[in-house]
Amino acid sequence: MKKFLFYILLGLAAFAFLYPFIWMVSASLSEERSITDVSLWPVALTFDHYIKLFENIPIAGSFVNSVFVATIVTFGVLVFSSMAGYALARHRFKGRNLLFYFLLFTMTLPFQLTLIPNYILMVQFGWTNSFAALIFPGLLNAFAILLFRQHFLSIPQDLIDAARIDGCNEWRILFQILWPVSVPTLITVGIITFMTTWNDVLWPIIVIREEHLMTMPQLVTLFAVGGRSMGQIGMKLASATLLALPIIIAYLIFQKHFIQSMAASGQKE
Amino acid sequence: MRRNKTISSYLLVSPYLLHIFVFVLFPVGFSLYLSFHQWNIISPMEYVGLTNYEKVLQDQYFLKSLRNTLVFLAIHIPLQIGIALGLAVILNQKIWFRAFFRGAFFMPVVVSGVVVTILWQQLYGYEMGSINLFLMKLGFEKIGWLTDPQWAMPSIAIMATWKNVGLYIILFLVGLQSVPKSLYEASSLEGATRWQQFWHITLPVINPTMMMVMILSTIGGFSLFIEPYVMTGGGPLNSTLSAVLYIYKQGFFYYHMGYAATLGLLLALIILLVVFIQRMVIENKQP
Repeated sequence: MKKFLFYILLGLAAFAFLYPFIWMVSASLSEERSITDVSLWPVALTFDHYIKLFENIPIAGSFVNSVFVATIVTFGVLVFSSMAGYALARHRFKGRNLLFYFLLFTMTLPFQLTLIPNYILMVQFGWTNSFAALIFPGLLNAFAILLFRQHFLSIPQDLIDAARIDGCNEWRILFQILWPVSVPTLITVGIITFMTTWNDVLWPIIVIREEHLMTMPQLVTLFAVGGRSMGQIGMKLASATLLALPIIIAYLIFQKHFIQSMAASGQKE
Repeated sequence: MRRNKTISSYLLVSPYLLHIFVFVLFPVGFSLYLSFHQWNIISPMEYVGLTNYEKVLQDQYFLKSLRNTLVFLAIHIPLQIGIALGLAVILNQKIWFRAFFRGAFFMPVVVSGVVVTILWQQLYGYEMGSINLFLMKLGFEKIGWLTDPQWAMPSIAIMATWKNVGLYIILFLVGLQSVPKSLYEASSLEGATRWQQFWHITLPVINPTMMMVMILSTIGGFSLFIEPYVMTGGGPLNSTLSAVLYIYKQGFFYYHMGYAATLGLLLALIILLVVFIQRMVIENKQP
């Protein structure tokens, strides 16, 4: 009896979480004047909103920009953060502990503190309106270093010693010996980095003004807020659907990894 | 050999050192410097002493944005903890389709806030939004979710809960699964009710999770930007003006760089202080 109640509760909750997405897709495929009649399926099915969207804004280009930026940032974070994490976990050098405490300290700093000065930095570097502004500030982050450090601490010293005796230098140890046994950590850091970079919108809005350089969330945001959508709900929802699609597809394929990675990211406090 | 290794140690951390210097240390120092100046990026910087700080203390908009954040947190945190904990407790039972339910609750977490905001803006529509149409079918009055100053911030808080709660369900689940089964069995033998078990065994164990949810939600509340930016522009009557939106407007609308940096600096201090107080209060409450 109690179980039955649980299922009803869960069912209602699942409906509340999934229904808005279903409505969004159906509404984006319905004629503008029929959108209020949409409950579950499209009413007066049409692809008009999508066709007009592609005619009006460079959304395909923005998709390519987003993939490009998120891929490079993710790759950079994996390489540079694992380097620092490895040194902090397995090397003894002057200032190591100081550096580690410093790392923990910078993790607590709110981004609001550096938003304005970082923008001015981009202006001084001449990086506004370029991918450099989207890529370089994201190439490393303290949380990724911490995850790598924790993971590398758990690796048996024998493995590293054996590699050193075989004449491996530190770079080969990290990338050819340690990386292959660190796949779960690489996936966790990779998913979190890719997702946060893909979804970020405040920073792109600040540093990018030219349409052909915009990432997908930025372009969709400005489209929905500005006059370009001409108040057309169908087109706004179509742009939102396209923006959601890549991440949802990735999520459906790698669901378990997504959930585990995000759970790990929540553990940082 | 030894020396080579030391050199490689520093080489390994050198990208991090460079990055942290350029994008964290320098900006923090520079933002302090900026806070004593007036600057619109184009004309030369002008030293103004403590003027920016004096202005912040009397800035109605900044104070309003802090009050709005409080309204958001007062609704968002209890909702978030209540719903996440409730659903996590249910999901922690032997339940069919657990993976499906978990996956469904988690869906909004992975999607961009832009998607969620555009979507809910339509759901919240006054005349034709799905929620009001549904309320009218049930015989209730329409609500001005985003047009009534009383409702606009609570509406954003409800939406934010919908967006994030999946993550906290997972975190609570991790916490719940760390409770040793033997504790429940032993207490059952001594005649403890389910409710007593929850209160005296489960709750103390998931206390750290609770604190984490609270702190992450608080930081999230102080970071609101895209939601008011897309949905309301900070209105109606500035009732959804968030602190970050206000900094954005000062910095990139009016080009008051010195003043915007001062706002960012003080906001960061406020966040650190609030999180610190939350920690103190919760840790002192623990037995």
